[in-house]
Amino acid sequence: MAHEHKLEIFRGRWKFKSNTQKIWGVLAFLTFITVVEVVLGIYKPDMFMHTWMDPIEGGFFATIGNIILSPIVYMKPLNLIFIVLTIIKAYYIAWDFMHLRDETGSMRKMIVWTGVFLICYLMFILLQEGGYVFNVYNGDDALIKHNF
Amino acid sequence: MDSTVASTGTEEKTWGGGNKPLKASYGKMMMWFFIVSDALTFSGFLAAYGFSRFKFINEWPIADEVFTHVPFLHGQELPMIYVAFMTFILIMSSVTMVLAVDAGHHMNKAKVTIYMFLTIIGGAIFVGSQAWEWATFIQGDYGAVQTKGGNILQFGEYVTVDGEEKFKRVSIEDLAIAQASDRVDHERKNGLWFVDEGTLPPYTVNEIYAGLVANENVLVRNQFIDEDGHKTVLSRAESLKQIKENGKLVVKGANLQVNEYGTTLFADFFFFITGFHGFHVLSGVIINIIIFFNVILGTYERRGSYEMVEKVGLYWHFVDLVWVFVFTFFYLV
Repeated sequence: MAHEHKLEIFRGRWKFKSNTQKIWGVLAFLTFITVVEVVLGIYKPDMFMHTWMDPIEGGFFATIGNIILSPIVYMKPLNLIFIVLTIIKAYYIAWDFMHLRDETGSMRKMIVWTGVFLICYLMFILLQEGGYVFNVYNGDDALIKHNF
Repeated sequence: MDSTVASTGTEEKTWGGGNKPLKASYGKMMMWFFIVSDALTFSGFLAAYGFSRFKFINEWPIADEVFTHVPFLHGQELPMIYVAFMTFILIMSSVTMVLAVDAGHHMNKAKVTIYMFLTIIGGAIFVGSQAWEWATFIQGDYGAVQTKGGNILQFGEYVTVDGEEKFKRVSIEDLAIAQASDRVDHERKNGLWFVDEGTLPPYTVNEIYAGLVANENVLVRNQFIDEDGHKTVLSRAESLKQIKENGKLVVKGANLQVNEYGTTLFADFFFFITGFHGFHVLSGVIINIIIFFNVILGTYERRGSYEMVEKVGLYWHFVDLVWVFVFTFFYLV
């Protein structure tokens, strides 16, 4: 059982006197992020609704570039913001509520790296495949008609 | 503080059972194993949701148009408000849980009891809210017509609100004009004996068509999304043509077979993912209740350690963690 708690978040920029205070501090931060998400979700500012960058045209290296930059080339900035905010929330829930901050480093890595690696893999495979099936349905030479 | 009840007397020896790899007790480690594997299950579901959504990327329902209801506020369109409330409730119950764990570290039985109780209440409110959300979704609001190809056609009209032209949905109840129609009952003797007659939709397509002809400003909207992120509204002539030629079934609400909001897969994934998560919350509440009574009975006081509260807490926070992702991918993105 972890007895000592690290009583700071944001790399020591926000320090707390007791563990209880830290919990309330984290709650305040998580609530703030949720409010930002909801406000963005309701008002959907125009500037975040269209991608900031078009896919790069041309050969092999352009394709590689598109893959590397895919979060900004193919994703609406609003969705990217939502996903980043979600990961931030997940971090603070895992680190402060689930006490990962107080566990040994190797335990943290064991839990986080396994998950992150496998989840990234799953997402890549399935989203790539989903995009491909979309093209099969909607390409110029699509043999399937579904608008009837 | 030793968390094991039984003592073997060989704890200090390497293989005696007293060693704690990664300085975490056996129970906590097992809880983490479970959490990591369960996280993979949930990410499998969410990735499958992403797959289906990418497959129908230009016709997926817009969540803001689907989840617009808040209890006690009838007829108002308030997207996201209620889900945000649910999210907050779950985070709040996570906080009371972590406060209970903290009180457990200080061996403060009274505080652990109170915080565990608040956590259970929070969980119950969340499960109740989710049940309400399901009921509203199944109930549906405007209704639609499903085409032969399985697409959804919805109805609405352009109205000017504050000088801005908006597409306001029209409900099928307001649209339908009763028509005389013959109906042949399906009986066992003159068909497949093992097939029962299914439930009838509230209206026939002919009734809706008659209503559409009579109301000249009503237009049909299909599920394809245009460049501005809105569903495509058809012209008057095209609207009539689509309903007449392709309309097959009137749908109201959503279930595993039809979905008035658009692609049926959306409803399927909604029921599956939020249902699986809701089941986790429910089992979390039940486990919390068991631990709550153990706390009251003084089990952990006698054991000298409240580590059990911490382990259950891990599970409870995990449920919260999953919800954060479900919230993002179902309601926001």
